[in-house]
Amino acid sequence: MVDMSYKNDILTAGLYGEIDHHIAPKIRSEIDAKCENLRPKVLRLDFKAVSFMDSSGVGLVMGRQRCISLLGGRLEVVNIPKQINKVFSLSGLDKLGVLK
Amino acid sequence: MNIQNHMKLSFLSRSVNEAFARAAVSSFLLPLDPTVTELSDVRTAVSEAVTNCIVHAYPDTTGVVYIDAKITDTNKVIIRIRDSGVGIENIKQAMEPLFTTSSDERAGLGFAVMQSFMDRVRVRSQKGKGTVVTLEKFIDKLPDDKK
Repeated sequence: MVDMSYKNDILTAGLYGEIDHHIAPKIRSEIDAKCENLRPKVLRLDFKAVSFMDSSGVGLVMGRQRCISLLGGRLEVVNIPKQINKVFSLSGLDKLGVLK
Repeated sequence: MNIQNHMKLSFLSRSVNEAFARAAVSSFLLPLDPTVTELSDVRTAVSEAVTNCIVHAYPDTTGVVYIDAKITDTNKVIIRIRDSGVGIENIKQAMEPLFTTSSDERAGLGFAVMQSFMDRVRVRSQKGKGTVVTLEKFIDKLPDDKK
């Protein structure tokens, strides 16, 4: 699901396993709670260990982008596996410059 | 076109079953020796269709989701995902990328993913009766060393 670490104003959420509509709300509430508490300058979502994602993951990223913007920070999405990038490419998220 | 293999599955429209549904369909396809990409494409499309049933077809109730999957002698997979839920009022609109009726964090990309990852997507729906989504994809018959 998600492992989180905080260093130098960067909150890194290391996502792992499968992201779907069942899991996404659980990840969302863990990340949002930490964000509100720590108010990081950067929220970094690391997809390196994600083995599967459907469009629920796109909703998750879009929602975190809104959430961190409201808190005055910015979002970065890193280490996106090829197959997962295929889902992101349908979303227009690549045009927001958050996908690294 | 002859049917080489056929399986049927039914389960409750509970979100915990999304992982089960896509895993079951991808296991059924394994004898075709699909590539990692082909298998992942089908898993993702099935996950989208099943999630639609859970989120939209049975919004306030728990219903039954039916999956019927066939493999033809031409290496085509035909997966039918059916519900007896509320139906889709406007299929054309529902299939538009980014359109969603959900207030939750839904991206509105379910049908766009299905269309992008499968060779063919058909949707039949009747208000108050339910929806049938049919997904089709050819799995390449390549020698193992070319996969």
